[in-house]
Amino acid sequence: MKQYAVFCLRAIGQIFSGSGIYFVWLTLLSVLVICGAYAYATQLAQGLAVTGMSDQVSWGVYIANFTFLVGMAAAAVMMVIPAYLYDNKDLKDVVLLGELLAIACIIMCIAFVTVDVGRPDRLWHMLPGIGKFHFPQSMLAWDVIALSGYLLLNAHICGYNVYCRYLGYTPKARYYIPFIFISIVWAISIHTVTAFLYNGLGGRPFWNSAIVAPRFLASAFAAGPGFLILTLQLIRKYANFPVKDGAIDTLRKIITIAMIINLFLLGCEVFKEFYTDSAHLASARYLFLGLHGYSGLVPWIWSAIFLNVSATVILLIPRLFTNVNWLNLACCMAFVGIWVEKGMGLIIPAFIPTPLGEVLEYSPSWVEVLVSLGIWALGFLIYTFFLKMVIPIYKGELRLVRETTT
Amino acid sequence: MSSDKPSSNPKSPAPSVINRRNFIKGVGGALASTAALGAAMSPAVEFVTDITWEEFFQQHYKELSAQDKKKIFERIRRQMKEDYGAENPSVSDPLPLQGVEFGYALNLSKCIGCRGCVQACVEENNQDRATGMEYIRVVAFQKGTMNLEESDHDYDPALVPEPDKVYMPIQCHQCRNAPCVKVCPVEATWQEEDGVVVVDYDWCIGCRYCEAACPYWARRFNFSKPEIPKGEINERVGYLSNRPRSQGSMEKCTFCLHRTRKGRYPACLEACPTGSRKFGNLLDPESEVSKVIQNKRVFVLKEELNTQPRFYYYFD
Repeated sequence: MKQYAVFCLRAIGQIFSGSGIYFVWLTLLSVLVICGAYAYATQLAQGLAVTGMSDQVSWGVYIANFTFLVGMAAAAVMMVIPAYLYDNKDLKDVVLLGELLAIACIIMCIAFVTVDVGRPDRLWHMLPGIGKFHFPQSMLAWDVIALSGYLLLNAHICGYNVYCRYLGYTPKARYYIPFIFISIVWAISIHTVTAFLYNGLGGRPFWNSAIVAPRFLASAFAAGPGFLILTLQLIRKYANFPVKDGAIDTLRKIITIAMIINLFLLGCEVFKEFYTDSAHLASARYLFLGLHGYSGLVPWIWSAIFLNVSATVILLIPRLFTNVNWLNLACCMAFVGIWVEKGMGLIIPAFIPTPLGEVLEYSPSWVEVLVSLGIWALGFLIYTFFLKMVIPIYKGELRLVRETTT
Repeated sequence: MSSDKPSSNPKSPAPSVINRRNFIKGVGGALASTAALGAAMSPAVEFVTDITWEEFFQQHYKELSAQDKKKIFERIRRQMKEDYGAENPSVSDPLPLQGVEFGYALNLSKCIGCRGCVQACVEENNQDRATGMEYIRVVAFQKGTMNLEESDHDYDPALVPEPDKVYMPIQCHQCRNAPCVKVCPVEATWQEEDGVVVVDYDWCIGCRYCEAACPYWARRFNFSKPEIPKGEINERVGYLSNRPRSQGSMEKCTFCLHRTRKGRYPACLEACPTGSRKFGNLLDPESEVSKVIQNKRVFVLKEELNTQPRFYYYFD
């Protein structure tokens, strides 16, 4: 027990020390977090009236970011599956970095939901036993279980592996491999449940499509590994952590396939909406073409499609994707493209027009932008701290001192 | 990194990446950031201190004892006086009547789109005046279509009734198979014995999932603390209906249950100058609403969604 406490303290101690760039990075993130906190405090005091949301468009960028980040968290599974099911050695070396990313993303998800509710002081009403947890009827109740379960699973897997490394033991398979397998199914489930949250609503024809969950998964499995490719290169460069090219190459293959599936599913959706040409087309028309002279989301969705198609093209041309600069460009484009497609492109248009046919456009207010940036910065801060604690342990620089050496 | 200063102690642990001066700077930075974070959060102090422990720990409506209710009603009376200048407010909690299931029928042949019902509802139910919150939305259709996506929400009420228009007031349909009730994560909204879908304003967490789920756009959210000018507050309030709501909670039409459970008509019906609105007990075959259902050709909005509304439309 004492040994574990010392481990925790030494690991935490790591975050207070580092290079100049590290502190500049922390300062930048802290400033963003503090600005976000101020914006959120204003929102608490004055209510959600300070956001761009309305009774017409009652969910905005908070829920959009939440949805995107559930996908990022689920995407860790794209490292876990090759590493553990296919025994890909290169990925096994770095799989922990993906699992840590999942933890950071879930924390961000929880933050985004918390800032979206009108009464965060009443969130305890959701606690089973103490409050009234509307399970299994409410998909939001399912999401609470899915997200908190995924957080615990990854926290255990990461915590156990890191502690074993610190002690100098080989982690015992029976203490974590079963959880790895559960986490694979669980990762799929978190994004599926989040999709069900939307597509179970009959009153929102734009969401009421069975393809939402597969689309969510496909786009997540492109954006998540895309982010990881970029992160792994940074870690290799700044932390001297041995990341093999094989790991990046496997992730590249995954993104390529996921991007193609995502574009295919988007095409299916667009065909169904526009060829049917029923009254339910209104939201899709608003998104892609504009409706009754309102076209706030049109530039967004076409930018997203441009980014996603371009990224896919780069990923399909060997001469380009073997060049690391092009690969990184493709990853950035996929990441941004999917963020827009899933956030602005999937959450907002379902509210426009309203179920009664009224068109009221939405754009986020400064408060929403600052709060969202603050949460992203918080996520980066948490992920940076995780890496700062874990990398020296993995490199063997931080480990238990045995008395026997005297 | 910082391992440029090898430790002089041979017994020291594995090459440490921590260097002391750097470490102290790091801790200092962390403390400064924490202090700044605290300062940044200061606008929220009011929000936190405004919530009393009693309010914080208040249980769900269905768990409240008679004693609890008495205390809470007293608090509501006090708040109505303090916040809205009410003089002698009375808070009641009328329960559903045995053998009663409320239903509403609206005659589209007669409705002239004057929006009198909308105004009466706002005054009766103490909705927020600052944002112009309304439970009832009246839309105008060009004759020949009833496609909501082509409906006009901004027609000029001074010109009604226009000969080429059909008007349709839409409010909560008190669905038998209510999507809003199903999706609420905390059971803050439910269907009462008499069919009315209610919200416990003190239990709602404000996630707005119900608002996204409602196919009739019948729910309204308090994006800020509701404002009602002094003298305009309706002092006869029901706990589950028209008492003043708090910032951050959801609300909706309750068929004026504080009136209808005491044998009166909803405010929107009384305000209607054309007699388009019929309200009553669906379980009583002699009630007005039952007669309409038996004798007129009624329909419900968006029947394909299987929400099974208790709000019917008809022409005659």
